[in-house]
Amino acid sequence: MVSDILRVDSVHKAFGDNAVLRGITMSMTKHEVVVLIGASGSGKSTLLKCINGLEPIDAGLIVVDDLEVSDDDADLDAVRQKVGLVFQSFNLFPHMTVLENVTLAPVKVAGLQKTQAQERARELLGRFGLGEKTNEYPDRLSGGQQQRVAIVRALAMQPDLMLFDEVTSALDPELVGEVLDVIRDLKDSGMTILMATHEMGFAREVSDRVCFLHQGQVLESGPPEQLFGDPQQPRTREFLARLLG
Amino acid sequence: MSTASAAAAVTETAQPYVDPERRERRARKSRRNAIVATASTILFFVVVSVAVLNSPGWPSVQDAFFNPAYFWSSWPSILSALLVNIKMFLIAEVAILILGMALALIRLSKSPTLMPLRIVGTVYTDVFRGTPTLLVVLLLGFGIPALNLQGVPTDPLIWGTVALILSYTAYVAEVFRAGIASIHPSQRAAAQSLGLSTTQANRYVVLPQAVRRVIPPLLNDFVSLQKDTALVSVLGPIEALRAAQIIVYSKFNYTPYIVAAICFIALTIPLARFTDWLTARQEAQRSMGSR
Repeated sequence: MVSDILRVDSVHKAFGDNAVLRGITMSMTKHEVVVLIGASGSGKSTLLKCINGLEPIDAGLIVVDDLEVSDDDADLDAVRQKVGLVFQSFNLFPHMTVLENVTLAPVKVAGLQKTQAQERARELLGRFGLGEKTNEYPDRLSGGQQQRVAIVRALAMQPDLMLFDEVTSALDPELVGEVLDVIRDLKDSGMTILMATHEMGFAREVSDRVCFLHQGQVLESGPPEQLFGDPQQPRTREFLARLLG
Repeated sequence: MSTASAAAAVTETAQPYVDPERRERRARKSRRNAIVATASTILFFVVVSVAVLNSPGWPSVQDAFFNPAYFWSSWPSILSALLVNIKMFLIAEVAILILGMALALIRLSKSPTLMPLRIVGTVYTDVFRGTPTLLVVLLLGFGIPALNLQGVPTDPLIWGTVALILSYTAYVAEVFRAGIASIHPSQRAAAQSLGLSTTQANRYVVLPQAVRRVIPPLLNDFVSLQKDTALVSVLGPIEALRAAQIIVYSKFNYTPYIVAAICFIALTIPLARFTDWLTARQEAQRSMGSR
């Protein structure tokens, strides 16, 4: 049996009176690519933030590798070094160049030598077609380039698990492809990926498994051919019908 | 010009295309604006000068405030006293920056152990922003030397500067606090998602952006501080205003005050213009960033 890299067990999370996650349970094995789909408000983003420890949960258990994220006394900095998170709105540091954005955490958190971190950053940036942009500031880049830098910034910490939170939703349509190419490349290199997305075609193409979230629970999950081709739940059918027209 | 030919003009050259008629209309309008502005400015100053120069008291005011002989003779002593003001604000500004940032960080901290410091910080801000700076100068400048404490300096210049530091630190801390609060929480979230601790997120991500953002209001406070060094004159040390006052009292003529005023203005103008320039530059960068 393959050990799970991520285990989410009966997790509850509310913002005030608004219960967003209501006993959600799921798990992932290493090298697996899992896509979260569901209407906005179904809890996709919140789940990703909880896995990264950015949002404390109210009940349940989240375990990444052998670290319990959900423990209130958990060493979250250690968890976050294993888990990379890429945001919908890029969130690059505007006062730093691309290279400084990418090397900040490796130098300050992982304790790498500056030259070593820069070397690794240049290599990663080159791999994703950003070799020319190392000394630019983020506001000089297109949205697609900024998002690719944000992905490289997370990769530079050599995470075991990458979380993508609707990373193409804030992009102009013609820029979506270049970001999806990066994710495809990561999948091919064996990265474990959990992503929330509205790009159904891409979800179908890259994922090993698709989870349909409804009202803070996984209502249905399965391989993409099955979930997209022959959904079992009426809610899933309804959602897909609305989205695919 | 028709739309079709305008479109043709665009495709022929890569230069930006402006309709010549429209360009001419805009040029005419800006020439007219320049003429109106010049005329109204001249008119305004003529009216004001005529009103002042023809007022019944003008000859005596002119002699009391704008006496050429006293004007030129009072420069040397006031200028050399101005060095004291410069020394005061240079020392005060460094102390204010450090203490203001420390106070802002204390007031924004969430650690339970720092609770007593947070309370002290809040009370401090309330007290020193609420008390007139002149009063703080008087209380410290006369009060502390009167305690006759051993080892505590009695130089009024020192206590005057300390009073300015205490007063302005309360303002500057609030400026820093507003700057830190203006940085979007997603920046902190991004830093933390990379494994940076709260302190590291502050040090490398939040504070550098916050400080950059508050430089213009900060410099504005410093312009104000530079002239407020004159408040220390009530304690007796011979700075620019005090030096002017000494001549005023001995000659029974107010012209030295005008000289002191010119000195303070000359002192603040460079910083004021620098602030304007910096604000304009930030504005330009922001609009470029949001293309």
